[in-house]
Amino acid sequence: MIELAQVTKSFGSNAVLRGVDLSVGKGHSMVVIGGSGTGKSVLIKCILGLVAPDGGTVSVDGRDVTRSDRDALLARFGMLFQGAALFDSLPVWQNVAFRLLRGAQKRPKAQAREIALQKLARVGLGPEVADLYPAELSGGMQKRAGLARAIAAEPEIIFFDEPTTGLDPIMAGVINDLIREIVTEMGATAITITHDMTSVRAIADDVAMLHAGKIRWTGPVAQLDTCDDPYVTQFIHGRAEGPIETLR
Amino acid sequence: MTRALAMIGAAVLALLASIGRLILFTARALSHLARPPFYGREFAAALWQVGYLSLPVVGLTALFTGGALALQIYAGGARFNAEEVMPQITAIGMVRELGPVLVGLMFAARVTSSIAAEIATMKVTEQIDALVTLSTHPMKYLTVPRLLAATLVMPLLVAVADVIGILGGYLVATERLGFSPHVYLQNTADFLEPLDIISSLTKGAVFGFIAALMGCYFGMNSARGAQGVGAATKTSVVVAAVLILAANFLLTEAFFSA
Repeated sequence: MIELAQVTKSFGSNAVLRGVDLSVGKGHSMVVIGGSGTGKSVLIKCILGLVAPDGGTVSVDGRDVTRSDRDALLARFGMLFQGAALFDSLPVWQNVAFRLLRGAQKRPKAQAREIALQKLARVGLGPEVADLYPAELSGGMQKRAGLARAIAAEPEIIFFDEPTTGLDPIMAGVINDLIREIVTEMGATAITITHDMTSVRAIADDVAMLHAGKIRWTGPVAQLDTCDDPYVTQFIHGRAEGPIETLR
Repeated sequence: MTRALAMIGAAVLALLASIGRLILFTARALSHLARPPFYGREFAAALWQVGYLSLPVVGLTALFTGGALALQIYAGGARFNAEEVMPQITAIGMVRELGPVLVGLMFAARVTSSIAAEIATMKVTEQIDALVTLSTHPMKYLTVPRLLAATLVMPLLVAVADVIGILGGYLVATERLGFSPHVYLQNTADFLEPLDIISSLTKGAVFGFIAALMGCYFGMNSARGAQGVGAATKTSVVVAAVLILAANFLLTEAFFSA
């Protein structure tokens, strides 16, 4: 279980997180929605330790992440970044098998490649892609390769940061379905950051809306459409009018 | 008046903070040098990139500089009938000063800029965050191999530059100025002392360390976007060049001030 209690984070005078409370149960898929610049990515970076929170606590299975063995903690996580964040200097299979080629989970190169090919196949990429470099792939293929890397070491917890941004609707649908399938078959705990409502409905068990640095609403995805919170309603229907200020 | 003082104070504080951050970064990099894991494949790739691929630019720089130096010393020496010392002065000039300094500056232009641009791009595309999530410390994976490779390979590049620079002087002297090949080489060999060569190689190691460190530091601390990458690249080269020239003065003082 992942728990955040009163997490705060500011960058200079800009208070991005102002006391976030959030709980994600083991094996659940939580989707965090919210407008651009509301701190969704900062939230997951705080959980991963990529950004140090100014206050509050972040715990995984009851252990404060700031006091845990960092390498052991990170070994339990996989992450798909918004732009895939594949390493330009490595071929695709070495990106996917990165964790399996070094560190505590290191294994023979041939075995690591075999696993990488299996994971690539799982996300719909054939072996012909394995020896290409990331720059030779389309945006959708990069996302798939990033997804393969995120699941390569069979993590218990997977984060997806804007998984469908920049993709056409069909490819976005494919990525959404893949994420849902993989999370279900692996039994992983997942947190997805998005403002794409199609993704929310495809991926989420539970939804949380981040607004003004706090969790504005949280609940099962089935209750999203019947929620009477005006902020949530405005967001999910994409209305310009409502309590969320928009620039026009 | 008060406003001017406040601006000066703010600038001084910002400078001191920058120096402090750089010192902390250097200390962290050095501490990671001594602790496992060590990424051998990345080290080998860095040796290839910063070392072997720098040979053409280093060789050409040294060749033309050695030739020009020989011409200048010959012309200057002719003013007081001292043309015959040209081989010795060319050798000492190349080995003690121009070899390490010019290679250091060319190295900063080629290697510092490429390290800074590569790491800054990795930062803005979240590749460095990805490294962390894959349980890999960016300092160990990106900085240590480059720092070690540059520090080890630069003395070799300087040695190559010293030899090629002397060769440039030799070619000018024997082909243009009528020096005897045998006498030229004999004078060069007799005049150079071990301390000249030791100082040259030491300077190379220090300049290599500075060049790689600046590339890594400014790359890791790059601001976001294309402008951030450009600024990091430019600043890294400028600071590396200035630090190399300052370090050259201090090392020359240390080796030859007696």
